[in-house]
Order: sequence, then structure tokens, then C-alpha cells
Amino acid sequence: MALGTGCTARPGRSRENRTGSWRTFRPEFAHDKCTACGMCRQVCPEGCIGEDEEGLPVPDYNYCKGCGLCAEECPAEAIEMKKEEK
Amino acid sequence: MMEIMEGSHAVAHAVKQCRPQVIAAYPITPQTHIVESLADMVANCELDAEYITVESEFSALSACLGASAAGSRVYSATTSQGLALMFEVCFNCAGMRLPVLMSIVNRALGAPLSIWNDQQDSISLRDSGWLQLYAEDNQEATDLHYLAYRVIEDHRVLLPAFVCFDGYILSHTYEPIDTLTQEQVDSYLPPFKPYQRLDSTDPISFGLFASPDYYMEFRYDTDRALKGAAGVISAAGKEFGELFGRDYQDLVEGYRLDDADCAIVAMGSLCGTVKDAIDEMRDEGRKVGLLKIRCFRPFPAREVRKALAGVSRVAVLDKNVSLGAKGAVALEVRDALYGEQIPVLGYIIALGGRDVRKKDIRQVVEMAEAGKGDLFYGLREEVLQ
Repeated sequence: MALGTGCTARPGRSRENRTGSWRTFRPEFAHDKCTACGMCRQVCPEGCIGEDEEGLPVPDYNYCKGCGLCAEECPAEAIEMKKEEK
Repeated sequence: MMEIMEGSHAVAHAVKQCRPQVIAAYPITPQTHIVESLADMVANCELDAEYITVESEFSALSACLGASAAGSRVYSATTSQGLALMFEVCFNCAGMRLPVLMSIVNRALGAPLSIWNDQQDSISLRDSGWLQLYAEDNQEATDLHYLAYRVIEDHRVLLPAFVCFDGYILSHTYEPIDTLTQEQVDSYLPPFKPYQRLDSTDPISFGLFASPDYYMEFRYDTDRALKGAAGVISAAGKEFGELFGRDYQDLVEGYRLDDADCAIVAMGSLCGTVKDAIDEMRDEGRKVGLLKIRCFRPFPAREVRKALAGVSRVAVLDKNVSLGAKGAVALEVRDALYGEQIPVLGYIIALGGRDVRKKDIRQVVEMAEAGKGDLFYGLREEVLQ
């Protein structure tokens, strides 16, 4: 990306900041336990949880920082934080 | 037209003629008369501007930042503790490349509390990316406001600026001012054309997050713009001289410097006293001259080096101190002369409003000739423990 004078940015530019590399713990989604309530999508600070055709959550690991909010809040305990391995 | 005016009122009049669209300021001694005058002008419909009353200097400059980003010509004024409170916003204005103009009516910083003049306040913001211009008298203080708007709104610059002039010594002093007409000001300063602005139909955000992959390049870009401002100041100062007869082409000004043996370097109102002392010493056959620094940021190192190349010693007067090091101007001058065999001696002087008289300047020259420097001048030893 080229620098914008005055540190300015057009909408959508933050997609270039792939914050997934900051992650230590990775949320893993057990779709067999998931009730598709959508809580994880609502609480994700990065807004990086999408959904498949059945409404089940699909995270974008390019942006997930591994904060663990989704796992903490999931009413069905369907999300497990697992330590990243190289 | 010549008019007898108080410095603050002359500056307020000049600012009005520059047609700022948004003014946000918080009153603080000795800046108050400027912003009071402007508030009156807005209230009396003499100036068509939005005057935002705020609860602090932090808010004042934040309002200016936002208004500038929205595409307005903006103005604020402050001093001392008020400027200190703006610290964070100052860096943001520069990084966002917003041409905010602020008058700094120079005053000492606490503690101890002092309402009197020195230049510690603006000097302490020397690393913030703002242009810093210093006026010797009220005519220059007035003119530098027209010049500064012209320079900072140039799309090659796009940076904020301080126009600095000494509290009380200039701000509260009545002097004859050669005022410009509105037509003259309009011919010199066109309406502000923002390079980019906040616009809900074409949104951008200012001051984005920069990861370590980009931060340094942003800082380099701002530094490059500030250094490049020197040429823009020079060209705008030359044109000012051609139009109105007072030339501000040079970022530094020599006074009786050509064959000088000892050069004094100073900024602001002190230069007037130094010139009088030099005239006396010249009458006695002593080869003394002055190098006045009008533009401290960007620092005109090449011009300083050129102007001082022929002298055998330099005495720098600093109305500030970088505690734990030396006076800020002395450090810059020494850096500019690096490699030359010219001794540069620094004198911290006139802090917190202590008077400087011609005899003090003579004393400094004598100390410089004796090789005695890098000290606080005129300390009252009897009150030190």
C-alpha cells in the first residue's frame, strides 16, 4: 500500500492489516455443538466471524487475534481455545 | 496605514483579515487579549467565523484539528501551561498534515508558576512537526500570521505552525503597526483549498493506525515536508516583501554581522535589545554582530552556517533550557557549525521574565571573549543554597 498524506485511509483499508499473526490461542469451532445463535459473531471485536449456508460460524483466521471472547461467551461451549503450534 | 496598537490587538486584527472559518481557544494569560478581541469581532459580525468556546486547551486544539480536517481555515492561540496541555494534539495535527495556525504568546512553564516571558513553551514542542516562527516586534508578529497561513496551506507543506511572540514584552506593548488593507491581504492569501477533507459522500479517515511496517515512512514523510517548508517560507516571504515592502525571504537575519568578530545569536524580542547594545559597542570600535533566527522549525542550519562562517566566536542567548543538557538554540547552532573551528558558547538568559538590559548583552560578549559560557547568565548567587 502507498502512504496517504496525513495518515488518511479510504474505507476498507484496515483489511490490509492482517492481525491474525498476533494470535497465541486459536478458537476452534465445534459445529456439532453449535446452535447457530450468533453470539460469537456479535462479540468478536474484529468482526471476523462469518457464517456458512446453515448459519454456522466461520472465522477468518487472517484477522482473528485470538482474544477468546467468542469462546468465553458461547452459550453452547462449542468454541475451544487451542494454543497455536508452529 | 500606520496605527498605534497593542501587540495582541494587532495580531487579532491580522488574524481577522486572514478570514479564519473556525476559531477555538481557551483564555490564558498573556494570550487573552487576542482571543477576547476575536470573540468580540465574531459577536459584532465583523468576522464570519464559528467561534467555539471550549473547556480546555486540549479541547481547543482538538476542535481545530477536526475543523481543519473538515476543510476549514482554523485558528487558535495559547501559551505556557495551555500549550503543554495540547501536547498530544500537536503531534496529531502534524502527523495528519493539517495546516492549523496557532499564536504562541511565549511564557514560562511551571513549576514554579510564572506568568512572565521566556520561550520554554514553544521550544518544548520543537519535535512536534509544527513550523515555528519567532517575531522580534509587533510588526513582524503581525506579518508572520499572513505569511504562515500562506505557507502552511501550500500543498507542498500541509503542516501546522506556531507564530511565537514574547508575552507582555510584545503582546501587551503598544507600537506603531503598518496595517494592510483587506484587499491587500486577500491578494496575498487566497481562500483555503484543502488537499483532502472529511466528506460523508466520499469518506476518509485521518490518523490511521500504522504497523511497524509503515510508521517510520509516515514520520519520514512529515519530516521531509517540514524541511521542504524552508523554501516555501522563503518564496512567500520574498513575495510579501515585493507586495508590502517588508521582506521575510531570509529565515535568519544578520545585523552588523559582515565583519563581526563575535556573533550573538538570539530569537524574538531580545533581538531589539541586542541590536541597541551592538550599536553602542560598534561605536566603541568593537566588532560585534547579531544573527537573528526567525524560523526555528524547520531549522535553517545551512543559512546559520553560512552567516556565521566568518566570525571567531558565537554567543547564543537561549530563553529556554533543555534541562540536563543546554539551551535549545545553542545546541542547534553548535550542530550547524560542526566541523568549523568556531567556539559556540551558550547563555541561558531571561527565564521567567527576568529583564535583559544592554549591559547584560555587553557582559555576555565579554564572557564569550574570555571563553566563558554554557551557563545560566546572571544567577543571584545569594539565593542559591
